[in-house]
Amino acid sequence: MAEQVEIKKISEYEWQIPRAGKMNVPAVIYASEKLLRDMQKDITLEQARNMAMLQGVLKNIVVLPDAHQGYGACIGGVGAFGMDDGVISPGFIGYDINCSIRLLKTDLTVNDFLKKRTQILNDVFINVPSGVGRAGKIRLTRETTKDVLEQGAKWAVKNGYGIADDWKKTEEEGCMKTAKASEVSNRAIERGMPQLGSLGAGNHFLEIQQVEQIYDEKIAKAFGITEKGQVTIMIHCGSRGLGHQVASDYIKLMEDKYGFASLPDRELINAPILSELGQKYYAAMSAAANFAFCNKQMITHWVRETFNKILPCKIDVVYDVCHNIAKIEKHDIDGKETEILVCRKGATRSFGAGRIEIPEVYRDIGQPIIIPGSMGTASYLLVGTKKAEQLTFGSTAHGAGRVSSRSAALRNFRGEQIRTDLAKQNIEVKAASWKAIAEEAPQVYKDIDEVVRVSHEVGIGNLVAKLKPLAVMKG
Amino acid sequence: MPKQKYRYLEHTADAKFQAFGRSLDEAFKNSALAMLNLMCKSEAIKLKQEKKISVNGKDLKALLYNWLEELLFLLDSENFIAGKIKNLEISGKESNYKLEAMISGNNASAYKFFGEVKAVTYNDMSIKEEKKGKEKRFIIQAVVDM
Repeated sequence: MAEQVEIKKISEYEWQIPRAGKMNVPAVIYASEKLLRDMQKDITLEQARNMAMLQGVLKNIVVLPDAHQGYGACIGGVGAFGMDDGVISPGFIGYDINCSIRLLKTDLTVNDFLKKRTQILNDVFINVPSGVGRAGKIRLTRETTKDVLEQGAKWAVKNGYGIADDWKKTEEEGCMKTAKASEVSNRAIERGMPQLGSLGAGNHFLEIQQVEQIYDEKIAKAFGITEKGQVTIMIHCGSRGLGHQVASDYIKLMEDKYGFASLPDRELINAPILSELGQKYYAAMSAAANFAFCNKQMITHWVRETFNKILPCKIDVVYDVCHNIAKIEKHDIDGKETEILVCRKGATRSFGAGRIEIPEVYRDIGQPIIIPGSMGTASYLLVGTKKAEQLTFGSTAHGAGRVSSRSAALRNFRGEQIRTDLAKQNIEVKAASWKAIAEEAPQVYKDIDEVVRVSHEVGIGNLVAKLKPLAVMKG
Repeated sequence: MPKQKYRYLEHTADAKFQAFGRSLDEAFKNSALAMLNLMCKSEAIKLKQEKKISVNGKDLKALLYNWLEELLFLLDSENFIAGKIKNLEISGKESNYKLEAMISGNNASAYKFFGEVKAVTYNDMSIKEEKKGKEKRFIIQAVVDM
């Protein structure tokens, strides 16, 4: 049972874990009472307290509406660190580095799509490799893998998988320039080589959706969302085994160098940002992020190919957001614009209009934010805000977040039944196994509508459009 | 009734298990089975290929972490899924442990997977020895990222 962590209510959607004991800063939770109660069921808040104990942590730890227990740092947690005295922790970023979401828009309407739905879903399932232990469609050499690590989505486009406009509308333009393939171990590269261009399994998915509601017509239009019933496509995947190995390699190296005796949790092992090891990890993490960008770019290409064979249409990238990442960004710290390291674990960046990091086409509007729901529920398109920059180091929620375990899901739900239930809601599902469907049952996730409502109410990410699933492929 | 090899505990997002053994070696072996069975039924894996595994660890937790990670590494890099573990032996002492084992399994593409373990973690990890009269029992607890 989770320990009761002392919390103070600040306002309807804001709570605080006051600084106490070894905490260097307080932790601020943005949640409704209902979402807060979910967090109190596991050790989310204890983990937030541990995160606040790290060296050089600034202002406060941020806990987002969808937060739940992770390892080391909670999922849905953000922390900022001073460049000179702060640390970088692989456990504060996550094993699946740049586990992330890309949204595509089409010029199809729901009625066009439904006529060919089953055929398209079946073919996407064949053309986009997914699942465990199934290699991707292409086999890279060690040298080309290194190119992927340094070029990200641009490598894919250069090799015929998509168009430049795709990476231009991707966070970091699909390539973190801080990447150095030389800091990625051979072991990590060997895990990545067979996996480029594959979806993976678990919570990773590819979903075809329709626009169900538009909340802000002007912004939606700027993002290419023009009408209800427009078909969109969402891809969720990460850096696969390569990213997991990078995290694990650097956890070991940091343990060897710094020891873990003084840490509140062994998973929060860290190194000073500016130390040799800190810098190497950042370069390797960036490389893993690029692998994930490239991965989604190739999947985008195969989705396009599949649609074009069955139902020719125009498919464009709306945007592509990172979760599980650390970024060096400029933020206002005590009234001064300062370069800091922002770690977002299971969190999405949310920048308001004007930020240089936003692609030019969206710069006057704000950064698109994509928040996926669970298998049977809606996903949302939001827009970044200045308020997020003030409150959450420019961050908001990343998804629904689980509320109940996989084992509970398997006890309580059957894949066949879930598929039938979803079919009644006009959602077709295809997965590698029934068990995979049961584990990801919509009921084991938080109420996504509540998560985005809180984001909107607090003003750390404002609602633009609601997307309803029509066809779901799970690895 | 056969002795329980492992059991799964509640964990919101990831997977937590406890594995048991009358010896440390047996508990390590059962930890691997607990992890593998989160992905597929290890009993169903045809034992077509054998591999000798050797991993080190500066403490027992690191040894466990590296042992489980090796199985994930083989899955990703060689598409090899282990079904059975034999002759697992831990040697050495504090600051330098070594584990050797023979694992047998098959090409992973031949099987249906229902889950994917992304990584091993140190979160909530414990390795304990219990004594009940003359009987010794080892209990390993770990959380893996899914």
